[in-house]
Amino acid sequence: MYPLAAAVSLFLSLILYALLGGADFGGGMWDMLAVGPRAERQQKLVARAIAPIWEANHVWLILAVVVLFTGFPIGFAAMMTALNIPITAMLIGIVLRGSAFIFRSYGSQSGPVQRRWSMVFGIASILTPFSQGMILGALATGQIRVANGHVATGFLAGWLTPFALACGAFALDLFAFLAATYLTLDARDQPDLQDDFRRRAIWSGAALVPVAGVVFLAARHGAPAMYHGLTLWWAPLLLGATGLCSLVAFGALWWRRFAVARVAAAGQVTLILVGWSLAQYPNLVTPDVTVANACAPNATLRLLVLALAAGALVLLPSLIFLFRLFKGNGPD
Amino acid sequence: MSDFFFARSQMAMSLAFHIVFAALGIGMPLLMVMAEGAYLRTGTTVYLELSKRWAKGTAILFAVGAVSGTVLSFELGLLWPGFMGKAGAIIGMPFSLEGFAFFTEAIFIGVYLYGLSRLPPLLHWLSGVVVAVSGVFSGIFVVTANAWMNAPSGFRFINGQFTEIDPVAAMFNPASFHEILHMTLAAFVATGFGVAAVHALLLLRNPGSHFHRCAVGLALAVACISIPLQILSGDLSARAVGRLQPAKLAAMEALYRTQGGAPLLIGGLPDDATRSVDDALVIPHGLSLLLGNSASARVAGLEEFPRKNWPNVRIAHWSFDLMVLSGFAMLTLAGWSAWIWWRRRRLADHPWLLRALVASGPLGFVAIEAGWAVTEVGRQPWIIYNVMRTQDAVTPMPGIAAPFLAFTVLYVFLTIVVVTLLRHLFLETSGAVPESPSA
Repeated sequence: MYPLAAAVSLFLSLILYALLGGADFGGGMWDMLAVGPRAERQQKLVARAIAPIWEANHVWLILAVVVLFTGFPIGFAAMMTALNIPITAMLIGIVLRGSAFIFRSYGSQSGPVQRRWSMVFGIASILTPFSQGMILGALATGQIRVANGHVATGFLAGWLTPFALACGAFALDLFAFLAATYLTLDARDQPDLQDDFRRRAIWSGAALVPVAGVVFLAARHGAPAMYHGLTLWWAPLLLGATGLCSLVAFGALWWRRFAVARVAAAGQVTLILVGWSLAQYPNLVTPDVTVANACAPNATLRLLVLALAAGALVLLPSLIFLFRLFKGNGPD
Repeated sequence: MSDFFFARSQMAMSLAFHIVFAALGIGMPLLMVMAEGAYLRTGTTVYLELSKRWAKGTAILFAVGAVSGTVLSFELGLLWPGFMGKAGAIIGMPFSLEGFAFFTEAIFIGVYLYGLSRLPPLLHWLSGVVVAVSGVFSGIFVVTANAWMNAPSGFRFINGQFTEIDPVAAMFNPASFHEILHMTLAAFVATGFGVAAVHALLLLRNPGSHFHRCAVGLALAVACISIPLQILSGDLSARAVGRLQPAKLAAMEALYRTQGGAPLLIGGLPDDATRSVDDALVIPHGLSLLLGNSASARVAGLEEFPRKNWPNVRIAHWSFDLMVLSGFAMLTLAGWSAWIWWRRRRLADHPWLLRALVASGPLGFVAIEAGWAVTEVGRQPWIIYNVMRTQDAVTPMPGIAAPFLAFTVLYVFLTIVVVTLLRHLFLETSGAVPESPSA
C-alpha cells in the first residue's frame, strides 16, 4: 500500500507541475511569440501573470524529484544515468528561464537589454518542456534496459525516438494551450488582449488533436507497453471524459466564458496526464524498473507518505491563499 | 583528467555557487523583516524604503538560489547514481522535508514581494516572517542530509546493501546538531557582514545618508550577535569532528604524527611524502589544549589511518585556516563596533571602521566556501564516511567534462549578471526610493 501511495504522490506532483508550472512555461512561449501592435502589452501581461507564482509552481518539480529519489531510489539512479543528456538540457533550461525572467523584471529597463532577456526567457521556456516531454516519453519506450540496478543500454537509448520527440512536442502544445487559456482571465481588464489569447487558446487547443494522434500512433511501435495500457478497458472512458472537457473548453472559449474555459482546460490536461499515469504504472522505466522492484523499504515509505500528508496540510491552505491573492476575481 | 575528476569538480562548483545564494536566502529575509518591523513599530518611512530595497535584492538572489538548488537535486543522481540508488531511502527524508520548507518559502516570497498593496501591513510583515523561518528550516534539512554523509547512522550495511533502515535515526545523526548550528549562524554572519559592507561603502560616499546609516545599523546588529556565537559553535564543531572523523581533523590541523601535547599548526606547507609541515606558525600544545582541555592530551595523527583513506591534507588544512582566520577577523570587527556603540551610544560610524567593514564584506562568504571545502574535501575519499567511497558512486556516463564546462560557463555568466544587477540596485540608485515591484 505504501509503494502505491508514494507512486500516486509522484504522479500527482507531476500533474500539478504540468497544470501550474507548465502554464508558466507556456507563458514564456507566448512571450516569445508575441507579435503585432500589442506585442509589448502581451509580454507585460505574461510577466504580470506569472511573476508572483512561478517560483511556487516550480517547486512541484522539486517535490516530484524528491519523492522519486526517496521512494524509488533505484528508479531515480537509473533515470539520471540513462537520461543524463536530456535531463542536463532541461536543467540548463530551468536555470536560464528563471534567471532571465527575474533579470528582466528587476534589471535595466532599456529596450535592447529587455529584448535580450526576453529572447533567453522564451527559448528556455521551449527547451525545458520539450526536454521534459522527451524524458517522460523515453521512460515508456522500453528501450532503456536496466539489469542489477545498472543501466545496460548506454546514454542515447529512448529519448531520441520518434515517440519521445512527439511527447516533447505534445508537452509544448499542452503548456501553450493551458497558458493561453489562463491568460484570457489575467487579461480580463484588457478586452483586446483577451481576444488575442482567446484566439491563441483555440488554435493551440485545436492543434492538440493531431499532435495527440501522432503520439498515439508513434506509441504503437515506439512505446508498446504504453500503447497496450491506452487500449485497456478504462481508456475509452477516460478518452470520453477528456473529449467532453475539451469540448466544454472550446465552447467556453468560443462564447467567452473564460472562467469556465480555465476549469475545463485544466480538467482536460489533468485527464490526459491521468491517462498517461495509468498507462505508465506500474513501470517507472519500462520494462525493467517498476514501482514494486524500485521502492524503498517500508520504514522509509511510511515516513515519506506521512510527511507528504502533513506537508499537504500546511501547503494547500498556503497555496490557496497565494492564488486567491493574485488570481482571484477581484479587481487586478 | 578523468570523468571522476570532472564529476567532483562539477559538484564542487555547483555547491560553491549555490551556497552563496542559499546563505543570502536565509539571511536576507531576516534583514528585510527586521526593517519592515522597525517601520511598523516606529512609523519611520526610511525603514520601509530599506525593507523594499532589501526585498528586491532578495527576489533576485532567491530566484537564482532556487534554480541552482534544483540543479543540485538532480546532480545528486546525474553525477552520483551509485550513492543515491543506495542511500536515497535513508537520506531522502530530510530532502522531502526540505521540499516542503522550500515550498512554503516560495509561496510566501511571492506573497511578500507582490502583495504589499493587497495585504494589511501586519499580514504582509507576517508573510515575510514565514519566508525567513522557512528559509532557516530549508537550510537545516539540507545540512542534515550532509551531516549523515559525515556521520552515517540509522542502518546496517551488510554485503554492500543497506538494511534495517531507520530514516529518523539517520536524520538525528551525531553530526547534525553541530553542522546545523554552524551553517545557520554562518548564513547570518555572511549576510550581516556582506550587507553592512555595501551600506558602509555608500555611507562613506554619502556621510549624511540616514538610509544607509539605518541599513548599516541593522546589518551590524545581525553580524555582531551571530559572529561570537559562531566562534563558539566552531569550537563545538571541531571537537565533534575530532570525535567522529579523526582523519578529517588530523588533515584540517595537518597533524601527521599521533602525539600527546600536540601543537597547533597555522599555515605552512604540509608534505604527505615526508609527513611534515614546513614553515608553519607553531603554537606548542595548542591543539591538545583546544581539543582536550589539557596541554598533554593525545591527538590522533594521519599515521593512524591507511594512506588510501587520507583526504587532501593541503586543501583541508589551508581551507580550515582560511575559515578560522576570516572568523577571527570578523570577530575583531564586531568587537570594535560594539565597543564604539557601548562607549558612545551611537552607531559605529567611525570612518576607519566603515572602511574596515567594506574590506571585510566578502569574509563571511570566504569562510563559508572554505568551511565547506573542509567538510567535503575532508570527508574524502568517502562519499558516505567509512561506508562508500566517492569513486564507487560516480556515474558511468563518459564526457562529464562537457556538462562541467557548460555549467561553469553558465554560472560565471549568472554571477556577472547578478553582481551587475545588485550594483545597479544599490549603488546607482542610492538615495532614490525604489519603486515597488507590485506597482
